[in-house]
Amino acid sequence: MNPRTLFDKLWERHVITESADGTALLYIDRHFLHEVLSPQAFEGLRLTGRKVWRPETSLATADHNVPTTARKLGIADPMARAQVEQLARNCVDFSITEFGLDDQRQGIIHVIGPEQGATLPGMSVVAGDSHTCTHGAFAALAFGIGTSDVEHVLATQSLSMKRMKPMQVRVDGQLARGVTAKDLILSLIGTIGTSGGIGYAIEFQGSTIQALSMEGRMTLCNMAIEAGARVGLIAADETTIDYLRGRPYVPRGAQWDRAVEYWRTLKSDDDASFDRSIVIDASHVQPMVTWGTSPEMVVPVDGCVPDPGQEPNESKRNGMVQALSYMDLRPGTLIAQIPLDKVFIGSCTNSRIGDLRAAAAIVRGGRVAASIRQALVVPGSGLVKAEAEAEGLDQVFVEAGFEWREPGCSMCLGMNDDRLNAGERCASTSNRNFEGRQGAGGRTHLVSPAMAAAAALAGRFVNIAHL
Amino acid sequence: MQPLQVIRSKTVVMASTNIDTDQIIPARFLTVTTKEGLGKELFADWRYDAQGNPNPNFVLNQPQSKGSQVLVAGKNFGCGSSREHAPWALLDFGFRAVISSEIADIFKNNSLKNGLLPVVVDEATHAWLIGNPGADVTIDLSTNTLTLPGERRIAFAIEAFARYGLLNGVDELGYLRSKLADIERYEAARGW
Repeated sequence: MNPRTLFDKLWERHVITESADGTALLYIDRHFLHEVLSPQAFEGLRLTGRKVWRPETSLATADHNVPTTARKLGIADPMARAQVEQLARNCVDFSITEFGLDDQRQGIIHVIGPEQGATLPGMSVVAGDSHTCTHGAFAALAFGIGTSDVEHVLATQSLSMKRMKPMQVRVDGQLARGVTAKDLILSLIGTIGTSGGIGYAIEFQGSTIQALSMEGRMTLCNMAIEAGARVGLIAADETTIDYLRGRPYVPRGAQWDRAVEYWRTLKSDDDASFDRSIVIDASHVQPMVTWGTSPEMVVPVDGCVPDPGQEPNESKRNGMVQALSYMDLRPGTLIAQIPLDKVFIGSCTNSRIGDLRAAAAIVRGGRVAASIRQALVVPGSGLVKAEAEAEGLDQVFVEAGFEWREPGCSMCLGMNDDRLNAGERCASTSNRNFEGRQGAGGRTHLVSPAMAAAAALAGRFVNIAHL
Repeated sequence: MQPLQVIRSKTVVMASTNIDTDQIIPARFLTVTTKEGLGKELFADWRYDAQGNPNPNFVLNQPQSKGSQVLVAGKNFGCGSSREHAPWALLDFGFRAVISSEIADIFKNNSLKNGLLPVVVDEATHAWLIGNPGADVTIDLSTNTLTLPGERRIAFAIEAFARYGLLNGVDELGYLRSKLADIERYEAARGW
C-alpha cells in the first residue's frame, strides 16, 4: 500500500461513498453541541418531523453565553436565557445527553470533550464551532461546521465534504524558557498568515510536538483555524493514551486494549507525502504578543509595533494602517511599553489545568497592578475549576486581585456580561484579536497564560523568559 | 433555498483583507433562535456608530450600494468563526454572491448551503474588481463564468455537488437522506 499521511488514514476510514470530483459522504462519530449554533438545526428537524439518527453520539452543553458569576441567579439577558433553555429542551426531546449549568462537567465543549474521553483517536468529530480543530490533538479528524451541517449530522450522521490537502508543520528542538505551545502557534500564523492553511489539514510533527502535553497539543491544534486550516492534527502516542486512560467515555477492558492497538497506528507513514511542508526550529521561537486585529499580526515580546511604511504589499499595508488605527498604536512602540486595562485568562485555547498552573506560578505572591481594571480567570470546565481549587490555585489568583469565575467561553467573544468596553486594551489568552471580538471597540492582544499573568502584575507586557 | 443561475449586478467593494465573521455579524447578535432578519445587523460595528446611527463613510450606507447583489471583498473573506449567521445576514441584506481571491473554508461551506455563491478568482481579476467598484458583472453558474465589462469572461471553480444544489435550489439534507441505506451499510461494516 502507498504510504499515507495521518489525515489520509482518518479521512479514508470515514468515507461512506466518494464521487469522482473528490467529494465524499463522510461518517461522523462524535458531535458536540452548544446553545448558539444548534437552535435552528433542531427547529429544522421538528419542522420535517425527523429524528436524530444516533443520539448517543452527541454530547451537549451551554458554554458561549452563560454567565460566569452568580449562576444561581440565572441568565439576565432574556435572549441568551431562551437559547440556553432551548438547548436543554432540544436535548430532552431528541434524547441527547446534556451537561446542564448545575453539572460539574459543564464547560467549554472543546475542554469537556477531551476531559470526558468523548474525543478519541481515530474518530471523526464535529461541532458547530470553528475551534473544533482542537480535538485533532488526539489524532481525530475534527473540524467546525455551521448550523446546516449540524442539522445534517443530527439527521444522518454524515456530511458531504471535499477532501482537504495534507500540510506538514515539523517542529524540532527545545522551546526556550517561558515559551509555550501558544507562542509556537502564534509564531506559525505570523509566518504563513491567516489564509496560509485554506484548503489544508495541518499535521504537527517533530520532537517538540512529541514533548508537549496533551494540553499544549490542544492549544496548538485549537488555533489551526486561525491559520486558515479547518483541521489540525497530531499523531497518537503514549502521551495521548496516558491522558485518556480511565476517563468516563473511553472503552474498557479488552475493548480498551483493542482500541489502543489501533490508536498506535494513527500516525503518518515515514515516507508519506504532503502538499505543503513547513519546518520550524523550536529554539528560535520567542514569547509572542499580537499587536493588530488579525492573529497574523504578531511579534516577539521584545519587539516593537511594525511600521506599515516598510510593508511592500499594498493590501497588507492598508490592513496594517487600519489595524494600528483601531488598536490606537504607533509604529516603533515597544511591545513592553503598551499599557493594559484588562487581563483575561480562559477560552478553549488556554483554560485547562496546565494553563492555570502556568499562570498561577507567575502570579503566586504578587499583586495585580493598580492600573489593571479587571483581571479574570475563567476555568474551561467545572472539573478544571474543582481541580484548581483542590490545588489552591483559586486562592493564588484571588489573593493577587484576580476574579475567579465559573466556566464558559466568557470574554473570548463577549456574548455574556464579560466584555471589554470601547477603547479598553486587554491581554488575553484567547484565540482571536478581531475588531470588537471581546466587546465593541475593545482592543485585544493575544498571549500565553504565563504572559497574561505577568502582564496583569506589571500592567504591561514583560519578557517572561527573563522572570 | 432559491435556485440560483444568473446574477447580474453592480458590485460593492470592501477591499480590506481578512474580513472576519465577527465583522460580518458580531457575536452579540447570535442569541437568536431563528435565521431571519439578520440583514439589519450585517457589519453592525462598521455600519453604525455607538449611538446606532448609520456611518455615512461606510460603503453599504452609500447610495451607490443600494440593490447590489455582489460583494467584492479583500483576500481571506469570512475567516474566523463557523457562525452560519454570517451568510444568513449577507443574504438577508440582499447579497447573492461574494467574490474574493481567497474565501475561508467554513464560511464558503456555509454559504453554499444557503444559496450565497462564493466565487474565488485569480489575483489579477481580483485586483481589477477591487479597483473598479460599481462594475457591472454577470455571474452565470450554469457555465461557471464571471463576466466583467467588455465581455471579459473568467471561469471559476465550484464543487459539482454544491453547484447542483444551488442551480436547483435543492437542500443537501434531501440528498443525504437518500443515502441512509449506504450509511447503515457503513455502520454495519464498522460494527455498530
